[in-house]
Amino acid sequence: MTTQKITIELNGEPFALDSGVRLQDLIDQLNLRPTRIAVALNRTVVPKAEYPSVSLKQNDKVEIVNFVGGG
Amino acid sequence: MSAAGKAADEALNCALPIGADGVRQKMYDDYFELAGKRFHSRLIIGTGKYRDFAQTRAAVEQSGAEIVTVAVRRVNITDRAKEGLLDYIDPNKYAILPNTAGCYTAEEAVKTCRLAREAGAGELVKLEVIGDPKTLFPDVAATIEAAKTLIKEGFKVLPYITDDPVACLRLEELGCAAVMPLAAPIGSGLGIRNPYNLRIIIEQTKVPIIVDAGVGTASDAAEALELGCDAVLMNTAIAGAKDPLAMARAMKLAVEAGRLAYLAGRIEAKLYATASSPLTGLIS
Repeated sequence: MTTQKITIELNGEPFALDSGVRLQDLIDQLNLRPTRIAVALNRTVVPKAEYPSVSLKQNDKVEIVNFVGGG
Repeated sequence: MSAAGKAADEALNCALPIGADGVRQKMYDDYFELAGKRFHSRLIIGTGKYRDFAQTRAAVEQSGAEIVTVAVRRVNITDRAKEGLLDYIDPNKYAILPNTAGCYTAEEAVKTCRLAREAGAGELVKLEVIGDPKTLFPDVAATIEAAKTLIKEGFKVLPYITDDPVACLRLEELGCAAVMPLAAPIGSGLGIRNPYNLRIIIEQTKVPIIVDAGVGTASDAAEALELGCDAVLMNTAIAGAKDPLAMARAMKLAVEAGRLAYLAGRIEAKLYATASSPLTGLIS
């Protein structure tokens, strides 16, 4: 049986995921430290506590940001 | 030297001569408050444009800054760095001030602040809503609009704004935690182009005034403090210098010198001479 794939937009680029994947799974897969990032799903900020419960759907727009040098 | 004096010296790392206890005390007792928190360093520095994170950290250390600004950007998905800025700038040691640089609308700026808060920054935000890419001057109307929303959401807003006394007044009335008039365009190094407007802003404003943008060298920073501004925020002037660490130290000293001169109370500027030597007992 093959897992169904979905495509989301991750930081402006298409990104393939297994369907049913949750935000937490994506963050783990990318090896990101949740304490250092923030996520917006379809332009709305997602609180960290909700990462494990938010499922990603086809065409979702996910933005993952962190702090970089700036003035 | 008393233990308190030593502690004051270490806290300030200030280069005042031994015996100048009154002066040292004056500097030690000196602080400004942002959203209820006291800061002894009146220099706020940006973390952009450095060679690497190690140099960023060294510059922050040399500057004595207690507040550093950072930008909020997308994580590079295809090339994820092992280390981040906050591995070098300890958020437990420094107040992290996220900015909204690059935002051209109130909506983008508000979203950036929300993301920054979720990424672990506190409630202090440096609000900038840019109105024009060539000058990077702020969009005053959009800045006011964003400030309203952010204040409602509990943010302590530090707005980057033109050196316009009325715009500063409006932002203060809205409940901004400080106003941050520019000295000159961001990264221009032109120094304080309109000290008279700054004087008006200083006279009328009750919240802290932080000169943000335009500083080129140490004398510009000193001038801001001499005028009576509460603090100075800069990035390019340090990061773009040939020796950023030396410039970071120069800025620390300049800000301390400027503040001390302000506290000391300068002489009035006069058009004609006043002799420094006695006019009596002249040799004929």
